[in-house]
Amino acid sequence: MELLGILIIIIGFALKLDTIAVVVVAGISTGLVANMNIVDILNTLGEAFVSNRVTCLFLITIPVIGLSERYGLKAKAVMLIKKASSLSVGKLLSGYTFIREVTIGMGVTLGGHPQFVRPLVSPMAEGAAVAKYGDKVDEKDIEKIKSYSAASDNIGNFFAQNVFIANSGVLLIASTLEGLGMQVDTLEVAKVSVPVAVIAFIFWTAQNLLFDRKMTQKYSSKNGEGRGEQ
Amino acid sequence: MDITQISNLLLELFYIIIGLFMGVTMVFTLKDKNHKTRIGTAMFWGILAVIFILGNYIPSTIVGILVVVIAVLSATKQINIGTLKQLDETFANLKAEKLGLKIFIPSLSIAVIAMLVAQFTSFPGTVAIGIASTIALVLTFILTKATSKELLEDTNRMYQSIGAFAILPQLLASLGVLFTTAGVGDKIASIISNVIPTGNALVGVATYCVGMALFTAIMGNAFAAFAVITAGIGVPFVFAIGGDPLICGTLALTAGYCGTLITPMAANFNMLPAALLELKDKNSVIKAQAPIALTLLVVHIFMMYIWGF
Repeated sequence: MELLGILIIIIGFALKLDTIAVVVVAGISTGLVANMNIVDILNTLGEAFVSNRVTCLFLITIPVIGLSERYGLKAKAVMLIKKASSLSVGKLLSGYTFIREVTIGMGVTLGGHPQFVRPLVSPMAEGAAVAKYGDKVDEKDIEKIKSYSAASDNIGNFFAQNVFIANSGVLLIASTLEGLGMQVDTLEVAKVSVPVAVIAFIFWTAQNLLFDRKMTQKYSSKNGEGRGEQ
Repeated sequence: MDITQISNLLLELFYIIIGLFMGVTMVFTLKDKNHKTRIGTAMFWGILAVIFILGNYIPSTIVGILVVVIAVLSATKQINIGTLKQLDETFANLKAEKLGLKIFIPSLSIAVIAMLVAQFTSFPGTVAIGIASTIALVLTFILTKATSKELLEDTNRMYQSIGAFAILPQLLASLGVLFTTAGVGDKIASIISNVIPTGNALVGVATYCVGMALFTAIMGNAFAAFAVITAGIGVPFVFAIGGDPLICGTLALTAGYCGTLITPMAANFNMLPAALLELKDKNSVIKAQAPIALTLLVVHIFMMYIWGF
């Protein structure tokens, strides 16, 4: 019965119901089936909510980012990325993952699929393929380039964000462990996250370079005759 | 006063500052005549502002009720972004040309100063974040010669666009506390212990990592999985037999992200770009990510085993 809350979350999220409402309903139902009375539940919820304000501490960094954006933070980043247009698809995408990791590791959310991948990264990667292999790049590979562009953003975003000391994930780890009676410092969490960021980058670069090699084999050496082989 | 007391005071001060920013967002919302859900959205930011500023002085039961009110507002779609003044692209480009790489200084300084303060003073990382942000804000003003009106506008713009997500980590952490109080962790632990042996470190870390990835894939949210799986698997099967909570807990969250990469439930990351990029195969982003997700999951298991013990 105690697992009712988890079930509610799974079903609620699967049906794409409102996330915040699902979480609160799951919490209250779990308390009820565990024989807590409603005042106890509200009390526990309220106390936990106040003591977990620390997970929102990242909000204090937001105004700086907002002002920097107004004064050209993203504009400058776009200018920098555009300079890299002569690279191969794989190198370009790894380069983007690298920039994404460095910036998110510093607490700046540069990317995102609507803001960066769709208007900038994906067209540049496609452009790089056409520049290198000519117009004969087939549709299947264009699809692959696009999905690799989206993946480059996700991988950089996910595995480097915890390197930033004020990231909400870092704050969540610290405050969850504290709730379980274990004191940890956010700086230490950030440090432990560094190797993961590096390893993720290395693996992704390897997968990108492999993709580059396949493309080169397919389009350059056989002059396009080998199309459809893969 | 010792360092812990000073730290707590400073943290309280930072919560008040955040509360004031939320109050600013509420005022902007109230002034926004074209906002379709003006009152609901303003209530959301207002309630949060009160909880952040006065959290320690309001009875917990009242805060609990306020959280329920927020949930009702969210469920009835009352929390929305209003009419925001869009950024002037020409202005941004002009400034980017003029300021050059210097525009990165304020945001980079948050990370760097926070690290330095946390490393070289006895303040904890959380306090360091607040100190660093305050210094960075001053730097931003010096560098850009921005006005305080712009600060208020941009804070409102950013807070509104983060919206209800702002409180999701906080809410999920609270859910974890509620679950732990209600005995959910113990229940999961007793179910798992029927399946796997206790006391074996490698089995423990593998269960923790795979459990995180699997649960994240099912729920589409690693933050939600973290509270449940850490209480249910992390504590009894990893921390209890000598696993370092800091190292293992931290790795567990990114192990969860491996699950995010391979699930259609993480719509924002996997399905949305497929739609945006007009991909024919809606799962092709997941397919591109699957090899690295699975390899990284295995790496997490070994890292946690070797480094965490």
